[in-house]
Amino acid sequence: MVTESDESRRDFLTLATGAVGAAGVAGAAWPFVKSWSPSADVLSQATTEVDVSGLAPGQMITVPWQGKPVFVLRRTPAQIEAARKADNEALPDPAKDADRAKKPEYLVLLALCTHLGCVPQPIGTGNFGGFLCPCHGSHYDTSGRIRQGPAPKNLPVPHYEFKDEKTLVIGKV
Amino acid sequence: MSKIMEWVDARLPVTELLKSQATEYPTPKNLNYWWNFGSLALLVLIIMIATGLFLAMHYKADANQSFDVVEHIMRDVNYGWLLRYAHANGASFFFMVVYVHILRGMYYGSYRQPREILWWFGIIIFFMMMGTAFMGYVLPWGQMSYWGAAVITNLMSAIPVIGEDLVVWIWGGFSVGDPTLNRFFALHFLLPLVIFGVVILHLWALHAVHSNNPDGIDLHDAKDSIPFHPYYTIKDFYGYGIFMIIFCIFVFYAPNFFLEPDNYIPANPMQTPAHIVPEWYFLPFYAILRSIDFLGSFSKLAGVLAMVGAIMILFVLPFLDRSPVRSFRYRPLSKQLFWIFVVDCIVLGWVGYNPADATIFNGALPLIIIGRTCTAIYFGYFFLLWAITALDIEKHQPVPKSI
Repeated sequence: MVTESDESRRDFLTLATGAVGAAGVAGAAWPFVKSWSPSADVLSQATTEVDVSGLAPGQMITVPWQGKPVFVLRRTPAQIEAARKADNEALPDPAKDADRAKKPEYLVLLALCTHLGCVPQPIGTGNFGGFLCPCHGSHYDTSGRIRQGPAPKNLPVPHYEFKDEKTLVIGKV
Repeated sequence: MSKIMEWVDARLPVTELLKSQATEYPTPKNLNYWWNFGSLALLVLIIMIATGLFLAMHYKADANQSFDVVEHIMRDVNYGWLLRYAHANGASFFFMVVYVHILRGMYYGSYRQPREILWWFGIIIFFMMMGTAFMGYVLPWGQMSYWGAAVITNLMSAIPVIGEDLVVWIWGGFSVGDPTLNRFFALHFLLPLVIFGVVILHLWALHAVHSNNPDGIDLHDAKDSIPFHPYYTIKDFYGYGIFMIIFCIFVFYAPNFFLEPDNYIPANPMQTPAHIVPEWYFLPFYAILRSIDFLGSFSKLAGVLAMVGAIMILFVLPFLDRSPVRSFRYRPLSKQLFWIFVVDCIVLGWVGYNPADATIFNGALPLIIIGRTCTAIYFGYFFLLWAITALDIEKHQPVPKSI
């Protein structure tokens, strides 16, 4: 004869077995899930060094860093002026130009549109004298800040340092 | 022969299954040619799996080799050009056939009770088709492959909190790259087989409740139906003939009609093509994505939600339509809404094809305005269909008692 305590004992055993089984499946799934994360060799591509001594005012180069394009622009005084002027305007993603360029002359930007990751076109293509993303029409200014279009954020400034007067190191050493 | 079949049937009832589900399977006698598109879709799926399997035997998923290996298939492999052109054009024809199939279901109310589960399996197939097509397009590793992959995977970054990490996880790196290409190849190989499985569920659900028909009414007696064989086998084969003529015209005489010239440029992560467009079958959804650009920092997430919602809303269609009549044949208002919806989808496709900042009438009308309007009409269809049926605004015409 099955008593009430037998039934609750069976319920408990069923639940406990189920819980252990679920934990086991989750544990077994983890290596599969984790195998999709960047592998060690991908993670090791940390920094890119750029010689900026050859850049003329107004000139821009694109360099690869971790497989992504980075814009290095030597800004003209007019471009710096335009960027600073816009500091006090109502920006979608407020940021001061001085916080975005360690040396006002050099603007270093991760050149991936914050909308959907296209590479914006070079300086001077967008409204506000900056960069136009051709995919969905986002306009960034001469500080790489979003001014118009669907992108939600400014172009990110990657971590960078000047090793000496002419060598720029992108990425954390 | 019959002795062998007797022996088999005693162990596995093959003859009985073929009889009840194929040869003698009762089918409405009034199905029109729009009902050919389901079996056409199956034909294209088989073409895709067959050509895809043999392409996979020559293909290599490697960021340094894939572009060249596709050209190697085109130039060196025996009939490699045929396999690839049939596969690439097959994708376009698959969507054409399936879009007609879906619209047929919408017009004749095939999603209505008791066919909801049948309808849901169909949407799941459609959804997986989109994923498969997207990942397949990445494999030739041209400029459009690369940037299409970049834009679509970046959609995930719109998800709050986990979005950014999720994208890195999908990429297996900090940008679309070799690991991405490899996993897309593996999934592109796997998904069609999963689709095939869901097609079997789709057919099971169909055979459980039987086909709808152009009048959208239930069958009453044996006189309403005819056996599937030979009546619909012959009709399906006739459709196959017409389809193959059109398909072959493209494969042999205009194989690049649906392909983008930019995809014959090797992938370059440092430069986005000036004008990236998805394949034509994604254009309406792409236009919906781009049309939401007026919500500031919420635009991205809202655009993604609108795009996904445009497909997800199909799941609730069976519950939005409250009319006592299934077929739009007898529903004058629904019929008009339907055709507005069809034209709207085509206009959305055209908007999606054009650059984001394009204008018409010498700049007087930005396309984005048309895109927003058409997005509103797209969702408006579902709302209005609910409104005119739930609020009894539509007066349906007399429905025949039997077919």
